[in-house]
Amino acid sequence: MSELTKLTIADARDKLRAGEVTSTELTQACLDEIEKADALGAFVHKTPEVALQQAAAADARIQGGAENPMCGIPLGIKDLFCTQGVPSQAASAILEGFKPEYESTVTTQLWQAGAIMLGKLNMDEFAMGSSNETSTYGNAVNPWRRDGSDAALTPGGSSGGSASAVAADLCLAATGTDTGGSIRQPAAFTGITGLKPTYGRVSRWGIIAFASSLDQAGPMTKSVRDAAIMLGAMAGHDPKDSTSADIPVPDFEAALTGDIRGKKIGIPKEYRMEGMPAEIEELWADGADMLRDAGAEIVDITLPHTKYALPTYYVIAPAEASSNLARYDGVRFGHRAGLAQGDGITEMYEKTRAEGFGAEVQRRVMVGTYVLSAGFYDAYYNRARKVRALIKRDFERVFDQGVDAILTPATPSAAFGLGEMADADPVQMYLNDVFTVTVNLAGLPGISVPAGLDAQGLPLGLQLIGRPWEEGDLLNIGQALETAAGFVAKPARWW
Amino acid sequence: MSIDTETARRVAKLARIKVEDEALPALAGEFNAILGFIEQLNEVDVEGVDPMTSVTPMRLKRRVDEVTDGGYQDKVLANAPDAREGFFAVPKVVE
Repeated sequence: MSELTKLTIADARDKLRAGEVTSTELTQACLDEIEKADALGAFVHKTPEVALQQAAAADARIQGGAENPMCGIPLGIKDLFCTQGVPSQAASAILEGFKPEYESTVTTQLWQAGAIMLGKLNMDEFAMGSSNETSTYGNAVNPWRRDGSDAALTPGGSSGGSASAVAADLCLAATGTDTGGSIRQPAAFTGITGLKPTYGRVSRWGIIAFASSLDQAGPMTKSVRDAAIMLGAMAGHDPKDSTSADIPVPDFEAALTGDIRGKKIGIPKEYRMEGMPAEIEELWADGADMLRDAGAEIVDITLPHTKYALPTYYVIAPAEASSNLARYDGVRFGHRAGLAQGDGITEMYEKTRAEGFGAEVQRRVMVGTYVLSAGFYDAYYNRARKVRALIKRDFERVFDQGVDAILTPATPSAAFGLGEMADADPVQMYLNDVFTVTVNLAGLPGISVPAGLDAQGLPLGLQLIGRPWEEGDLLNIGQALETAAGFVAKPARWW
Repeated sequence: MSIDTETARRVAKLARIKVEDEALPALAGEFNAILGFIEQLNEVDVEGVDPMTSVTPMRLKRRVDEVTDGGYQDKVLANAPDAREGFFAVPKVVE
């Protein structure tokens, strides 16, 4: 039975349509795997009843000739998505017990397409983290281990549960969200594919907000083709999100022609970071060779403001977070602290937020409060928004020169051990996002594709960055890289 | 710019997060590490650059100003830690 859970969306779709398998069988196989995988800490709220009900409905639709490729496909959903009547707490204690009365637009579209919800997936609290270690549920664990070691590794973050669940074949695919790299970094750490679409491609409505000008949801899948299929179901204009783009959603799967001849791929010199492991450099060079062999033209490019991306991000993201997270005040939903005699409403706010938010969230909310406070707004926040404009201009200049996509490493290292960064200062952890964060600041689509293993047997990913709204082209180039890299390794089962 | 314990206390107050006195020096240290990192932005020449307001150039859509939703007080209050008689209940705000 468990072989079923290893299927890609594309293969499962074909088998469902051919009547070789039912969605109920597929869903039950996933539920069985999930039951055996608590050690991964991936699924934090399981919804087997919902799943089997949806599967029965999907089977009926498939028998009736349903056309949607997502029909009958079992998925995991990041805990950041509001799902009606099912706990949705952004892995935070402050939303303990919160059951939304509404459904996010992305999940609504997925259920309308016939997809199945297996449950909610672990993540960093409010998506703030790069290792899934800030979750109120405890750590999600990477199914991969270093050769000859049983040390628990991070699946990355913030979509760590999504990455772990897909890599361990607990589900066929999962939703993720990406504010500074939270889809692409965990995808790279677990040997799966992760796509962050162009800002505005996917509705943010009903997704618990972290930094609204950077947040974007996307698919985390076992193949580039699956990412194309699933993005098609997630994307589209939503009147409830004023920043969602009112432009047609193309058939992304149809864009996968396999032909990338004549495509211009840029290699940005600024991404060659000092102290970057030789393995990452080699992987990057190999990736360029693979694309060249497939007929692409490789060109050196410059993105001069790259080094300022992380400091810009660590002004803008906390600033937006401090505003977005002001709503967690113990009044309308979630946790409220017990009060002492004589405590007023201010004490209630302060105690509720101190008890409900973890250390990293508190830190970022306070940094955001500081950079927005009177006297510092111009020096920090406005300056960061100006540098952000320059970072975006760097990309525009390169695309104007005819570059179709940009190839970079996805992460500066392979997955690290859980707890290994415990004594590092916060900035050390932030460096995980050094290659991914520019993409959010410029609003561009980016994809992480598994491309090889390091000397310790851990997966490494390469990132491709595309032109705005050209996810189809980006996916096509990504698939060429996937085909050439031929990454088929799977983690040895220990859970 | 270096943040001292007093500034850390003020920021915590502005953010409405209770921080115990003994935790303030460590918090100030973390702020300084992060703000030290952010200081790099001062190297960038931003003369004549407009601050970004929208990452994808688009005009916000307009719609008719009319009620399109509502009428379910029970759902709005369903997740409240304390709701009474159709209202959110909070500790006394005015004396």
